[in-house]
Amino acid sequence: MIEFHLDSRSGVAPYLQLIQQVRQALRLGLLREGDQLPTVKDVSGSLAINPNTVLKAYRELEYQGLASARPGVGTFVTATMSSDSIAAHNELSHDLEGWVSKARAAGLDDESIGAIFQRTIRTAVQEEVR
Amino acid sequence: MTAAIEASGLGKKYRRLWALSDCTLSIPVGRVVGLVGPNGAGKTTLLNLATGMLTPTSGRIRVLGGAPGSGPDQLARVGYVAQDAPIYSGLSVADHLRLGAHLNPRWDADLASRRISQLGLVLKQKAGTLSGGQRAQLALTLAIAKRPELLILDEPIASLDPLARREFLQVLMESTAESGVSVVMSSHLVADLERISEYLVVLVDSRVQVAGAIDELLASHQLLTGPRRDPATMPPNQHVITASHTDRQSTILVRCDEPIADPSWTVDQIDLEDLVLAYMGQARTNRLDLSDRAGTKILEEKR
Repeated sequence: MIEFHLDSRSGVAPYLQLIQQVRQALRLGLLREGDQLPTVKDVSGSLAINPNTVLKAYRELEYQGLASARPGVGTFVTATMSSDSIAAHNELSHDLEGWVSKARAAGLDDESIGAIFQRTIRTAVQEEVR
Repeated sequence: MTAAIEASGLGKKYRRLWALSDCTLSIPVGRVVGLVGPNGAGKTTLLNLATGMLTPTSGRIRVLGGAPGSGPDQLARVGYVAQDAPIYSGLSVADHLRLGAHLNPRWDADLASRRISQLGLVLKQKAGTLSGGQRAQLALTLAIAKRPELLILDEPIASLDPLARREFLQVLMESTAESGVSVVMSSHLVADLERISEYLVVLVDSRVQVAGAIDELLASHQLLTGPRRDPATMPPNQHVITASHTDRQSTILVRCDEPIADPSWTVDQIDLEDLVLAYMGQARTNRLDLSDRAGTKILEEKR
């Protein structure tokens, strides 16, 4: 079972943080199809957050086709985020490590590296939208 | 659907001073509502009016559709933890539970004893020797075990250390998830309220400055920065909350339901704490304006 945490300084809405953590756990293989997510009561009790925030996150996960609620039982993971992408992870992070050392060698600091990375993702997203 | 608390033109005057004036509110049921405002703003007065401990000087208030404190039924529907979570220091924890069982028709003894053991409280211990956190937890347990439909909490965690505060909120949220009870809680700690509530009421100088669902409040308030501009020239759909200026730049907080189209502005979102502070600041500015005007008037009269 997954355990949630909240970063209150991130500026990301709590329900989005919960969704991101489930997606992340799926991507890393920590959550698999059929696994139960913690109950709304447990999550709101342990994080001291509003139960509706948890419900909102779980509903959104259902909408994304990643989870489904069985009334009276709980919410369960219904999909695995493509396993080939997990296999590709190692290779991709290896590539990225190479790129980061190249950037460091060119004299870029962490902030500039982060900025390039963010900008590239944003540009790519915009091009996909077009 | 009936509202948890519905007030119209509600006011309370102590001698010549209005502690709450012209308060119009509709707080939906099944929500956790945060009530914020500076000391002396009228928060406790509003909550006391909702419990029936005070009667209004003007206007009316309905709680869960009934008149506050109007009879045993109404009293059973509302749980109340007053400021600093008062308990009887001479009585033991067990005495408190017995008292709760005798005084409350819907008392849930199982729930009460389960909570007490979860909290690790010793039944024989005198309440006066409990820590601040334990006292607050005991008061909350009593209020929850009476199985109310509305739980009113007046700054229950203000004096607690961060750990005790978090534990209090954990218990509160777990019970909310379990029972669906409506909660109205006043606090200065906006970060705590942001975690637990969906709805916010800002009370300053005995008046409600803003009230609404937190999501909607955050989405509709935008911080604009750009070349200096007179706030009076802003479009009518952009309601100016605060404005400050340097020689060349203006920073204006507006409430606006549509996206800001004017390209000369840099638009930023604000967090809940800033939003609350802006409304408190706005109220202060208005008050200074008023006293300014009053001052001018006195000068004119002297002449």
